[in-house]
Amino acid sequence: MKRFASMLLVTTIPFFAMIALFLLVPLLSMIEGSFQAEGGGGFTISHYQEIFSNSYYLQAFENSVLISFLSSLIGIIAAVFAAYAITRFPQSLQQRVLVITNLTSNFAGIPLAFAFIVLLGNSGLFVLLAKQLGIDFGQSFTLYSWSGLTLVYVYFQLPLAVMLLYPLYHAIQKQWMEAAELLGASPWHFWLRIGFPVLFPGIVGTFSILFANAMGAYASAYALTGSNYNLVPIRIGALVSGDIFARPELGSALAVLLGMTLAAALVVNEWLTRKIRRDLS
Amino acid sequence: MLYLFLPVAATVLYSLATEWNSTVLPEGLTLKWFAELYGDPRFLQAFGRSFVLSFLTTVVAVVIIVPAVFSIVVYAPRMEKLVQLFVMLTYAVPGVIMAVGLIRTYSGNGIPMIVITAGAYLVGLLPYLYQGTRNSLLALHARSLMEAAELLGASRWQAFVRIIVPNIMSGIFVSALLSFSILFGEFVLINILVGGRYETLQLYLYNKLSASGHVASAITVTYFVLMAIITSLIVRFTRRSFARKEVS
Repeated sequence: MKRFASMLLVTTIPFFAMIALFLLVPLLSMIEGSFQAEGGGGFTISHYQEIFSNSYYLQAFENSVLISFLSSLIGIIAAVFAAYAITRFPQSLQQRVLVITNLTSNFAGIPLAFAFIVLLGNSGLFVLLAKQLGIDFGQSFTLYSWSGLTLVYVYFQLPLAVMLLYPLYHAIQKQWMEAAELLGASPWHFWLRIGFPVLFPGIVGTFSILFANAMGAYASAYALTGSNYNLVPIRIGALVSGDIFARPELGSALAVLLGMTLAAALVVNEWLTRKIRRDLS
Repeated sequence: MLYLFLPVAATVLYSLATEWNSTVLPEGLTLKWFAELYGDPRFLQAFGRSFVLSFLTTVVAVVIIVPAVFSIVVYAPRMEKLVQLFVMLTYAVPGVIMAVGLIRTYSGNGIPMIVITAGAYLVGLLPYLYQGTRNSLLALHARSLMEAAELLGASRWQAFVRIIVPNIMSGIFVSALLSFSILFGEFVLINILVGGRYETLQLYLYNKLSASGHVASAITVTYFVLMAIITSLIVRFTRRSFARKEVS
C-alpha cells in the first residue's frame, strides 16, 4: 500500500502543480482582478459597470457574437454536406481527404489571414480578376470589412466541423437506409425522418464548439488589421498588452465576461443535446 | 474542398511570383524569395526559436503528463473525473483569456515571460496528451498488464518503465507530434505575453506581412510544408500502430 501511494504521489504532484500554477491560479487571479480598482486597491464592480454602459465594449460583444454565430452556421451547413460527400468516397480516398482536411485545419491564424490577403486583399488575385472582367466590387466587398472577416472565419471553422461531423455519419447504418427503402421511403424521406434526427444532437454539439472556437479567435482578425476590428478578444489583447495603454483590470473583466459567454454556450449545448436525446429515445 | 484548397494554392503561387500586382496571373516565376528568406539570419533564428520552444515544451509536457495520466488511469480511476474537468477547462478557455490571467499573476516579478508562456503551453497540451495516453493505455489493457507484472515480482516502477512505456510509445509519439505542430503555430500567447522579445516564426511572419508579401508567402509555404510533413508522419505512425494491434 505504501509503494502504491508513493508512485501515485510522485507522478501526480508535478502534474497538479502544473495545473495549479498555469491554469487555476491565473484564472482565479483574473477573476479577482476584475473586481479590483485600477492600480490595486479595494473591491469594486466599476469595470463591469463601465463595460455595460460603454457602447464601444457592448458593440464588441455584439460583433463577436454575430460573426461567431454566422461563421459557425455557414461552416456547419457546408460541413454537413461535405462530410456526407466524404462518406460516399471509396475508403482509401476517404482517408486521404481526411488527412488534407486535418492539414488545412492547421492553416489558421496568421498564415491563413495572409493567404486571404493574397486572394482577396487590395491587390488580391480575385480583386484583379474581377477588375479585368470589368466588375468592381470595391464598394460592396473588401477583405478588411466584416464580410471579409466572416469568410476567413468560415475557412478555419470548416475543417474543424468536417472532422467533428464525419464520425457521426458512421452511426447511420446502411441497413437502415435499405430497410427504409424497402418500406417505401424516398431518400428525402429517409434523411428527413431518420438520418437528420440521428445526426441532430451531434450537429448541435459541433455548432457550439465552433461558436466557442470563433468567440475566442484572436490571431486571424489581429493579422488582418491589427487592433482595428472591434471584437472582444482583440479588445482584451489591446487592454492587457498595452497596444494603446494597458488597463489589465478592465481587460480581466472583459475576459471574465467572454469566459461566461463561452461557458453559457457549452451549457446550452449540454442541455440541448440531453433534451434531444431524451426526445429521441 | 476547393474553398479549402484555394488559399493554399494562391500562397504557393505568390511565393514563386516575380511580380504580381496588376495582372491576374504572375508575370514570372522565381525562387529568389525563398533564397532571400533562407539567407536571412533573422528567419533562421526565429525558426530555431520556434523549434526549440515547441520541442522542449512538448518533451516536458510528455514527461509530466504521461506518468500522471498513467497512475491515475490505473490506480486512481476516481480522480479521472477531476482530470477530465481540467481538460474541459483548458479546452474551453481560449488563449486570450489565459493571457490575461497569466499577465496578472506573473508579470513584473522577475520570472521571464517566456518561461510563463512555456508553462501555459504545457497546460494547453493537456487535452491532446491526456486523450492520447488514455487511449493507448486502454487499448493495452494496462491495468491487467500491471497486475500480471506485479504478480511476477516486478515493482511498479519497473513494470511501468519496462512494459508500459515501450508499448505506448507509438501512441505517445503521435500525440507528441500533434502537440509540437500545435505549439509551432501558436501566436496568441506568445504575442501578448512576450511580443518582440522572443521572436518565433509566427511573430516573424506577422512582422513580415507589412514588409514583403512575397517573403511572407515564402514563410507561409515553409510552415505549411513542415506541417504537411508532421501530419504525414502522424498518419503513418497511427496506421502502423493500428496494423500491429490487428496482428497481435
